Amino acid sequence: MGEEAKPKYIPDPNSAKAKLGKIAKEHYDNLWIAKEKGEMIGWCASNFPQEIFQTLGLTVCYPENQAAAIAARGGGGRLCEVAEGEGYSNDICAYARISIAYSQVKDIEEQNMPQPDYLLCCNNICNCMIKWYENLAKELNIPMILIDIPFNPDYKVSKEEIAYVKGQFLDAIRQLEEITGKKWSDEKFEEIMKISNRTSKAWLEATSFCKYNPSPLNGFDLMNHMAVAVCARGTVEAAEAFELLAKEYEESVKNGTSTFRAEEKHRIMFEGIACWPHLRFTATELKSRGINLVATIYADAFGFIYDDFDGLIEAYCNVPNAINLEHARDKRTAIVKNNKVEGLLVHVNRSCKLWSGFMYEMSRQIAEECNVPLSTFDGDQADPRNFSEAQYETRVQALTEIMEANKGVR
Amino acid sequence: MYTLGIDIGSTTSKCVLLEDGNKIIATSLVVAGIGTNGGIKCMNEVLENAKVKREEIAYIIATGYGRKNFSEANGELSELSCHAKGVHFADPEVRTIIDIGGQDAKVIRLNSKGILENFLMNDKCAAGTGRFLDVMATILQVPIAEFETQARSTKEPAKISSTCTVFAESEVISQLANGSKVECVIAGICNSVASRVAGLAKRVGVKEEVFMSGGVARNGGVRDALERELQVSIKYSEHSQLMGALGAALFAYEKIGAAE
Repeated sequence: MGEEAKPKYIPDPNSAKAKLGKIAKEHYDNLWIAKEKGEMIGWCASNFPQEIFQTLGLTVCYPENQAAAIAARGGGGRLCEVAEGEGYSNDICAYARISIAYSQVKDIEEQNMPQPDYLLCCNNICNCMIKWYENLAKELNIPMILIDIPFNPDYKVSKEEIAYVKGQFLDAIRQLEEITGKKWSDEKFEEIMKISNRTSKAWLEATSFCKYNPSPLNGFDLMNHMAVAVCARGTVEAAEAFELLAKEYEESVKNGTSTFRAEEKHRIMFEGIACWPHLRFTATELKSRGINLVATIYADAFGFIYDDFDGLIEAYCNVPNAINLEHARDKRTAIVKNNKVEGLLVHVNRSCKLWSGFMYEMSRQIAEECNVPLSTFDGDQADPRNFSEAQYETRVQALTEIMEANKGVR
Repeated sequence: MYTLGIDIGSTTSKCVLLEDGNKIIATSLVVAGIGTNGGIKCMNEVLENAKVKREEIAYIIATGYGRKNFSEANGELSELSCHAKGVHFADPEVRTIIDIGGQDAKVIRLNSKGILENFLMNDKCAAGTGRFLDVMATILQVPIAEFETQARSTKEPAKISSTCTVFAESEVISQLANGSKVECVIAGICNSVASRVAGLAKRVGVKEEVFMSGGVARNGGVRDALERELQVSIKYSEHSQLMGALGAALFAYEKIGAAE
């Protein structure tokens, strides 16, 4: 007699998880509705100032989110190979390869989204983004708007940089008005800034619950919820869902419950993007050892808090991928100390030159400053070929053994 | 009381049988690693050498890449902790271990109690590992055991890339085609492994005494090159390859102690 099929888990529809899932799903559904209505669709970089298109009432989607979803559902390798067949090197970002491949394949089972009519690029996330979007623009013969926010070698954002970016911000509005025919409204802009701040505050508050010991959440939850922080930051629904999430975590702290379904024996910072093609394996290996992810810089990456227009620009200049090593280190060191982290697990992400480049030295400095052990592993955010299970296991096990020894367990 | 440590690596399996946590009764090494019957063979060999029966062993700890699949073991630990433990037992003054095995290279920092403090491992590339040397030995048709003598016989090492095994293979072929002497190419290969691993060691921070474990420790050509690269004297022993298994046997003894 065959085993009965396990019923599919359906979260309480009033829970934050269900609401966030609904927002993420509706994001894709709404794209198709807009496309059918004849609206123009933009493809947008994850850290492009969303206040611009939210104010203009434009419909955009995010190739980075799509690539992560495709990779997590097993299609990353296939699409990377499509791009490589077109002549793209396997040394470039796997999100870029997947996105470029998707713009040609156009229909896949993992995650579809409408083809773009224009592109919104911002290189505060990485410089590969510029070439990726330029190639899309050329191949698809559509306009691309770039807001250039260069990597900041200084610790602070200068007035000159704010002026430089502000000029481009205003020019992007002008270009988008021309391309789409939509009109800018200062009143709407004020309203969107308020909502975005509210969402960001709620998101950061929810993520801050990782500091509790034990944490009321499995840190990998944040990697999933982050999709909403990216794609719906300027909406009231997202703000309300994150406020509810924070409230649920608060309750969990009081009740001693957690979404981490194991005893929390060790608390680590997971550095870098998730290894999406091997998410289950990487997360399960940690959980089986009682290791909870209680810190990630990605929580900060999509929380933009500001008081005015200049503050908004400064926030976009200060995203984690655009700041220098010392600044990036200090941000992480603060999280490690605040969240009582006992070890660092660093994903040397072969897709990302920035994150694999200075990661060794930055994590060495964090480990030294915080006196916690460190382990790195090779992987990739979306190309499944750059990861070895056995190597990951050995590194995680050794990190666990050091954390145990530090606690006198062994 | 007997405890046993077994280190099942990518190319070899090693066993150490320990009595009362401080006396090595027997050791064995079989050139067959993960995915083979090397583990069982190695254990049977050590038992036979010591005239000890399987039932007399109180606890077995497995380590190495094959640690999870060895059904005879009572527990398993990473080779990093085991090498630290084994080397500390052999030489308590050691604070840095350079372990180059078949498929990876590790630099391990340990404290005065022999506890693993920090470590770094090579990335996915095989350059800087024993596998790299094996590939080169095959191309040159020179047994790996002769690398030491050959490398030491020249003062003019060839320049071999440390970036990638496949690239290095082409370079070796080009060097030979251009008339380079085999001993110069071998010295260059040893330098290549050393420079790759020295990069890891510098990142961890080399603290003396420095000890080399793993199979590649037997290769004096690589040891010499590492000493030059790191400007430190590097210790090793004829049992360097057994340090992981020794550490596992010591941990096994501690497990029994803790249980009792």
